Amino acid sequence: MNINLHPLREWPVNSQVALLFVALFGLLLMASVAVAWYTMREGTAERRERHERMQRDLRAVWIGAVVFWLAWVSGPVGATLTFGLFSFLALREFITLVRTRRGDHRSLLLAFFAALPLQYLLVGLRAFDLFTVFVPVYVFLAIPVASALAGAPQRFLERNAKIQWGIMVCVYGLSHAPALLLLDLPRYAGRGAFLLFLLVMATAAAQIVQELASRKLRRRPVARQIDRSFSYRAFFLGVLAAAAVGALLFWITPVDPLRAAAMAALAGGCGNLGELVMRALKKDAGVRYWGNRSSVTGAVGLLDRVAPLCFAAPVFFHSVRWYFN
Amino acid sequence: MGLLLAFIARLITGAQGHWKGCPPKAEQRIYFANHQSHLDWVLIWAALPRELRQRTRPIAARDYWTSSPFKQWLTTAVFNAVYVSRTRVDDQDPLEPLLQALANGDSLVIFPEGTRSNKEEPQPFKSGIFHLAEQFPAVQLIPAWIDNVQRVMPKGEVVPVPILCTVTFGEPLLLQPGEDKRSFLDRARMAVLAARPGRT
Repeated sequence: MNINLHPLREWPVNSQVALLFVALFGLLLMASVAVAWYTMREGTAERRERHERMQRDLRAVWIGAVVFWLAWVSGPVGATLTFGLFSFLALREFITLVRTRRGDHRSLLLAFFAALPLQYLLVGLRAFDLFTVFVPVYVFLAIPVASALAGAPQRFLERNAKIQWGIMVCVYGLSHAPALLLLDLPRYAGRGAFLLFLLVMATAAAQIVQELASRKLRRRPVARQIDRSFSYRAFFLGVLAAAAVGALLFWITPVDPLRAAAMAALAGGCGNLGELVMRALKKDAGVRYWGNRSSVTGAVGLLDRVAPLCFAAPVFFHSVRWYFN
Repeated sequence: MGLLLAFIARLITGAQGHWKGCPPKAEQRIYFANHQSHLDWVLIWAALPRELRQRTRPIAARDYWTSSPFKQWLTTAVFNAVYVSRTRVDDQDPLEPLLQALANGDSLVIFPEGTRSNKEEPQPFKSGIFHLAEQFPAVQLIPAWIDNVQRVMPKGEVVPVPILCTVTFGEPLLLQPGEDKRSFLDRARMAVLAARPGRT
């Protein structure tokens, strides 16, 4: 099935991954130069604002790429620690904005100082069978127990739902990124970085295309109260874009073009739907961006950047493992 | 040690300093803020730039903070606290150590409510800050609002939960000539409230 004459495949794995990073940073450098050149031209206030947003986004992509590289260079321990730190910061931001109560203190301690490190320890040890069920089975039972023991019955279900959601998105979802890096597949050892790269590219492509499409198409929004631009047509265009990315990049994956496209489409779709869900959550919490400058907390907006990835990563991870088992 | 502690404080709470009313400058200052948690001092201290931290001192109750070697070490070696005694000994001015520190050129952080409150708005201020302002008119008085810290460590808990907090520094307050104590203290309290960031 997997016949391919690409000479790069003959290279040692490390050189292949290094080439991937060279290509990635080269592309980013080109994008930065293009944006800098574009910014130098005079423009109206509206355009200047757009440039600023573009530069902010580009900086975030740079940071993301550097983190990705660091995680790969530093091996299993480094990857686990890097993503663990990001999980911690994202969960901190999430919890800050969902307004927990005094009775939640012990449950929050459990989430931050037990569930999060244990989940990443499981990644680091490559104990993937326990890793996929640890949060949905064990943590989800432990959190309400800790909450009940704290003895505050007010809004019990709502408070627990908030914490469990935070763990699901910020810890469980994000921990699948280093899991992809560390996944050892038959005939594909050490190439986890490619899978993570495909995942990130697919979600990014889906997001960008959906954004552009909804701006151009101006369809009636499906859920105006939550997102004033989300329409099914734009969503499907985003999924198609992710599929195209998957098909184009199939040679870095262990699967054939059709399957690579399907996996990428799945990831892109999940990422975009995840973003919609996060938007609903934000509306509920009364903020527009997680990193709202005028908010009480001065949060940095990390959650905005990683949320689509948090939703896409578990599904993508599962589809990869499912294919191989 | 101080650096490590500041790093931990930032990891847990963010400890972002928002300098709304004045820039962070190496001048002699008295910061006064609302008081909701034991962490308040650490938060203000961590939100200050490093150069300012070394010359900015907290106030600690002598009987409590010298009762064990650890507490003594923390307040002396790490924070360089100014000790005050809560019980008045034969007509000695309880503000004496503070005046001495100010005469030395150090900056101070004080919580004029005197005790931790768990209400939204601060309680009426105690008069200490008025006497300090009177005797050291050259020292800037900076109001500060500490937000969200009560969620990090509610009363009775010992382990902090990571939640982002901010410290907002307001405009310097001046003692008007001939202003009486009560109206100055009320004005100081309003200045702290004015530094509170707007809620959505």
